[in-house]
Amino acid sequence: MKIGEADIRRVAELANLALTEEEVARMARDMDGILQHIDKLSELDTSGVEPMAQVLYDAEETATLREDRERAPLSNADAVANAAVTSGGYYKVPRVIER
Amino acid sequence: MSLTRYTNAGHTIDSIRAGLFAKEFSAEEFTRQALAHAEAENPKTNAYLTFAPERALNAARSVDAKIAKGEDPGPLAGVPIAVKDVIVTRGLKTTCGSKLLANYIPPYDATAVIRLEQAGGVILGKTNCDEFAMGSSNENSAFGPVRNPVALDRVPGGSSGGSAAVVAQGTAVLSLGSDTGGSIRQPASFCGINGVTPTYGRVSRYGLTAFASSLDHIGPFARTVRDAARLLQVIAGRDEMDATSAFAPVPDYTAPNGDVRGMKIGVPREYFDGLASETGDRIMAAVDTLKKLGCEVRDIQLPHTPYAVACYYIIATAEASANLARYDGVRYTARSSKAQTLSEMYRLSRDEGFGDECKRRIMLGTYVLSHGYYDAYYLKAQKVRTLIARDFERAFEQVDAIVAPVSPFPAFKIGEKVNDPAAMYLADIYTVTGSLAGIPCMSVPCGRTPEGLPVGMQILTKHFNETAMFRIAEAYEKASTN
Repeated sequence: MKIGEADIRRVAELANLALTEEEVARMARDMDGILQHIDKLSELDTSGVEPMAQVLYDAEETATLREDRERAPLSNADAVANAAVTSGGYYKVPRVIER
Repeated sequence: MSLTRYTNAGHTIDSIRAGLFAKEFSAEEFTRQALAHAEAENPKTNAYLTFAPERALNAARSVDAKIAKGEDPGPLAGVPIAVKDVIVTRGLKTTCGSKLLANYIPPYDATAVIRLEQAGGVILGKTNCDEFAMGSSNENSAFGPVRNPVALDRVPGGSSGGSAAVVAQGTAVLSLGSDTGGSIRQPASFCGINGVTPTYGRVSRYGLTAFASSLDHIGPFARTVRDAARLLQVIAGRDEMDATSAFAPVPDYTAPNGDVRGMKIGVPREYFDGLASETGDRIMAAVDTLKKLGCEVRDIQLPHTPYAVACYYIIATAEASANLARYDGVRYTARSSKAQTLSEMYRLSRDEGFGDECKRRIMLGTYVLSHGYYDAYYLKAQKVRTLIARDFERAFEQVDAIVAPVSPFPAFKIGEKVNDPAAMYLADIYTVTGSLAGIPCMSVPCGRTPEGLPVGMQILTKHFNETAMFRIAEAYEKASTN
């Protein structure tokens, strides 16, 4: 076993997922199978190999800097239109600080 | 033209343009019929999630107005187009195939959407897909699977299953999909049409809901190579809204050029080991056709291929776990009604909203990035990505293009593979390599299995050499349909 149910609970905590007991068991089984395969990478010697984070092409250093000009931002109404709960143009969330 | 006779199936960009200019139909009439046809046919496949009649008719009327004034109505004038539901459309519901976004109405349009509408294209609606583009069968959609129009008991492939199905079914002439590890090419092969994953950065990702940002692409589906090239022509090019979009000038992809004599084609032998013969036979027959057309065929090696799936699933899930953190019950999504505290709001909203495959990938991505595992998994995978990209660089020193399978098997039955996620991931072996390297790749139909299921051939070329890819694809298309 590469990963057990305790690890799954810890990772779910990090990922902000409230998994049910049944989901924890299933996730442990599925992830174990995937991690077994992923371990194949340890066969490869990658010493001295640069990591590749992004596909990059040659361009001027300043190429991605655009002209600084005024333009209309997303309106407040548009920005909150899809939110679950709003109040006075703001997102509303459960109370964080107790008085 | 009567409604009962109407079908999109025979139409191309050219035939619609000719009909408009010959006054056989107006763009508005054509769009009304295309919508009626698509809505009537859709229950067979479940490929469209949302129709956009008002938007489509407005676009069509603007094409008609331009023609009436003697203005150029644009290269996609009056062409019915479907858009995958991970690409945002202003004022038009965009669900990403997820319960989380079941009612999400985006406040802006993706750049690719703006460009195709400026070119006279008519968006009929939004297409079903695997949730947040995660899957290879379209069975991970919160709105039910899509059925393959070629064989209705089978999957259309994924994740852009709906976009492939509508073009194969004739309920759209063109469509946009997205591809992170094969999500355009694999469904194109399963449905027997053309699907193009352009060079990374060739098409702006602005408005494409992020899955794995260093791997995500928008690309076209079409029944002919020429139409796929024409749609790419419209959507390609630098966009200041996407800092990773490329500056390289966009060449003319649509110039007729079917001559492939003297072109060097590489065949990676390791791709054909363990490939089901019904698929391998079709592709080797296509390679023979290319030989007869004057291509020089060579064996090449891509030695790091056996590591590509592991490398891909680490990088893609790591990026996904970060990208999907935004679905937190605050900004975009339904909030769990059970949540009392802030922490419960995050956890319960996400647990209720995401489907199994998304949760699996968020968990895997979080795990490979977590303390103590980052070097062993994520950093290691980024180094292996370099080795895979180098394999292609070396190959392209010897050949102009590579021909390969797309999927190890043709379209499978709905439900057949849902219980083994690891096996489903392994089937992505032929498509994830090109995605990791960021090179252009497409799937071209190359015949059918004895059972009658479509097989796709993959053509891969160097960065920004879509022209060579289309040239080979078009020459093959012409030779195989004659």
